[in-house]
Amino acid sequence: MTARIGVVTFPGSLDDRDTQRAIRVAGAEPVALWHKDKDLKQVDAVVLCGGFSYGDYLRAGAIARFSPVMEPLLEQAKAGLPVLGICNGFQILTEAHLLPGTMLRNDHLHFICRDQKLRVENAETAWTTDYTAGQEISIPLKNNDGQYVADAYTLDQLEAEGRVAFRYLVRGEAADGYGNPNGSQRDIAGVTNEAGNVVGLMPHPEHAVEPLIGTGRTDGLPFFTSILKKLVNA
Amino acid sequence: MARVVVDVMLKPEILDPQGQAVQRALPRLGFDGISDVRQGKRFELEVDGPVDEAALARIHDLAESFLANTVIEDFSIRVEEVAEAAK
Repeated sequence: MTARIGVVTFPGSLDDRDTQRAIRVAGAEPVALWHKDKDLKQVDAVVLCGGFSYGDYLRAGAIARFSPVMEPLLEQAKAGLPVLGICNGFQILTEAHLLPGTMLRNDHLHFICRDQKLRVENAETAWTTDYTAGQEISIPLKNNDGQYVADAYTLDQLEAEGRVAFRYLVRGEAADGYGNPNGSQRDIAGVTNEAGNVVGLMPHPEHAVEPLIGTGRTDGLPFFTSILKKLVNA
Repeated sequence: MARVVVDVMLKPEILDPQGQAVQRALPRLGFDGISDVRQGKRFELEVDGPVDEAALARIHDLAESFLANTVIEDFSIRVEEVAEAAK
């Protein structure tokens, strides 16, 4: 028996199939979950994928946060279920207060789509153990509301507890994917909760798991192999 | 029948890039002398029955948990009487 990893589809989700594929490439079994599901089909972990859930009509992720599927997810995430939120999924996790802070429109107001260089700051979360701390990776970024903000107290707390999981790499040339792409405070690209089971980030690791697509690199694959290893060894 | 209006605005310390974009466009349109623009959201809730304290308390919960993201936004609530004849 391999690990079963759920991928939630909301109305407006875009990357559910890519995420399922990434899970399969890593060697786990993807399980499709629907936003109206009232249970999580006994999955071992859940990914909230990218897209524009419910059109992002109120705020990004704000309506999805109240979907039926979020009830068991919130409960189980607090009890330790590994949850990864990518892009819109990250926005949903902040709206649900599973992760601190929130996302504003990109500071330049443009949708951005490019390969983005990141530094892995925390390689001890459920989703990052196949990286090493300080490792520099390149994965695609595409969003409209990616500017991470939180109050100074929260930011200081995140830094002190090592909960800034990923930072945008700002040295080098913007054309090469360097630089803060959206005005995020302290160049934060992703954060984790205190226990390390809930992780959110704006860039898309699921689009960089096979050399033929995306960046031409497989820098996103360790997300999915990390969680698989954790679940199989558990 | 009454209408409750919930105004949601970004907190003063939060950068409002949309408002800034509007403000920057003003001189091009011939509007001078406006030094700052901030953009918010207005929700109009038509409420069945009386807007008593209990109803307002529920709307306060709704605004706090859903209509506004209190990490970055403030909100205010006010009641507007809707004349029956105007319906």
